[in-house]
Amino acid sequence: MKPIDLKAFDFTAPAPLEIADLTTLDEADKNQLLMAGVDVSAEAVSGTYMHMNHGAVHCKSRQKGVEILDIKTAMDKYDGLKEYYWKLIDPDKDEFTRAAADNLHGGYFIRTEKGAKVTEPVQSCLFIKGDNIGQSVHNIIVVEEDSELHIITGCSAAHESKGSAHMGISEFYVKKNAKLTFTMIHNWAENTVVRPRSAGVVEEGGVLLNNYVLLKPVSDLQMYPTITLAGKGAVARFNSVMVAPEGSHVDTGNRIILAAPETRGETIARTITTGGTIIARGHIAGNAVPARGHLECKGLILGGGVIHAIPELEATVDGVELSHEAAVGKIAQEEIEYLMARGLDQEEATSTIVRGFLNVDIMGLPAKLQKVIDDTIKECEKDMF
Amino acid sequence: MLSIENLHVTIGEREVLKGINLEIKENETFILFGPNGSGKTTLLMTLMGFGNYTITDGRIMFRGHDITHATIYERARLGIGMSFQRPPTIHGLKLRQMVQMAAQGREIDVDALAKRVNMTDFLERDVNAGFSGGEIKRSELLQLMAQQPHMVLFDEPESGVDLENMKLIGNTVRELLGGECGMTIERSLRMAKCSRNVAGLIITHTGYILEYINADRGQVMYEGKLCCESNPRDILDHISRFGYQECLRCLA
Repeated sequence: MKPIDLKAFDFTAPAPLEIADLTTLDEADKNQLLMAGVDVSAEAVSGTYMHMNHGAVHCKSRQKGVEILDIKTAMDKYDGLKEYYWKLIDPDKDEFTRAAADNLHGGYFIRTEKGAKVTEPVQSCLFIKGDNIGQSVHNIIVVEEDSELHIITGCSAAHESKGSAHMGISEFYVKKNAKLTFTMIHNWAENTVVRPRSAGVVEEGGVLLNNYVLLKPVSDLQMYPTITLAGKGAVARFNSVMVAPEGSHVDTGNRIILAAPETRGETIARTITTGGTIIARGHIAGNAVPARGHLECKGLILGGGVIHAIPELEATVDGVELSHEAAVGKIAQEEIEYLMARGLDQEEATSTIVRGFLNVDIMGLPAKLQKVIDDTIKECEKDMF
Repeated sequence: MLSIENLHVTIGEREVLKGINLEIKENETFILFGPNGSGKTTLLMTLMGFGNYTITDGRIMFRGHDITHATIYERARLGIGMSFQRPPTIHGLKLRQMVQMAAQGREIDVDALAKRVNMTDFLERDVNAGFSGGEIKRSELLQLMAQQPHMVLFDEPESGVDLENMKLIGNTVRELLGGECGMTIERSLRMAKCSRNVAGLIITHTGYILEYINADRGQVMYEGKLCCESNPRDILDHISRFGYQECLRCLA
């Protein structure tokens, strides 16, 4: 990939005005957002945050127990968020963190109350519309002790754009016995360059379930979130589903650090290339006992492209149990024939196997979102066979 | 129902079936015996239409259609249903969905069918993932019950099955072969007898399945040819006493 020249992008244009009612967005934008998991009608959600280009345009909490603020507002309100802001990520890590630190456009601050079980998901959206926009956001999620929260983040770029860049810093704090489900859906454009930088820490008895879905083209995406299981019994699980068509360069993975006894980390990645390049990384470090980690990366090459799986296990103490399983290949003829023997034609059989392979069901997403994802998978199947 | 004429089949370079002639009529169950490697499974796989089996000569007619070169799904849709001996695991596909798909758009009560073969707890599991021998058989039967085939191909219904499961499997195979309509959504006495004609082709080594079904005819496959047509029980008795070698004599 050619290096990204951040100077080519505009990070300084004024922020857009508030959009009080997201249903007033035009149909093309709404559709683009829906594909990124954001339902502007905001049914069955506990709150919505939307960020467009260089500023927040909508921020609303509809349920008690969860606070949703634009990060700038939150910094004013909570004395600069000293406990959380840039605590897990070094702003000098690379030019992208630097750009995000220098040009804070917004982002969300979402925090639960202690003990609050927030049943409906919070949806958030980071949207880019316009030419050569450079967007940098900083998100902070704090799930307080004994509380539960599901956040769906959709990231999207309008299609007519001549190009855009997204830098996103995310810091996750899952406190004692809290549970965060974080689902991120990327629906960028063919010419978007994307550099999220994320890290999280899970305290004793906490659970972080991270889902990632990328089914649409993107120019160049690279991310490698790191989660530290810092407290006894903490659990992290990453499920990723990625499809890279021709022109997409996707370099993703995640790192789980088992830093306390009785922690468990699991990474499951399903990748398909239909002409693009996917570098699927994974790293589990076991630094305490007992601790268990499993990495699973499976890829299908359907019509050209490259899949490069790089699973890493790093154990530093006696008694740690780490394993990995990686496979890159094609759809087994035997499986297709089995389904055909039940009356499915070749195409139905193949697409059934592909959908099973991607196995989005495992994420337990809301029905409406699941349907959008199923439809999107169906749409990308035309590139597969 | 099924008529096979002078069927020659090769796998790779090797000719495995060397001129098979076989006719199976409606409501008839045909039992296939034979030593390992004689070509029995090849015959079943060829009838289902699998890719690795090349027909070099001969013809297969099924319900009035020449299916010699038909695709697997065309055969399935015409009514050939096969119970696989070692089916692959389909990750991410639940058994419930698989059964629903096998019904080909007919309305079925998946839960009721699953209950009959004791597979209720497996409906939400990935197809064949970690299934034991008996569970695979029951899962295959469940799919066939949904499929309602006119011709049941069954490769060794006994293999890997304990005695209690054998009874369940045997009885279910009998019901399948009886074309019983209780497999569909309504089940009442009036419906219990169905007009659907079903035939069967079953491979067995042990003959346990014969305890449960009415098998009319049988034959021994030996080195790619069929021989010794007789009542299946007599064939079994003969094989257990004299072995397969004796078969060569009737071939001659």
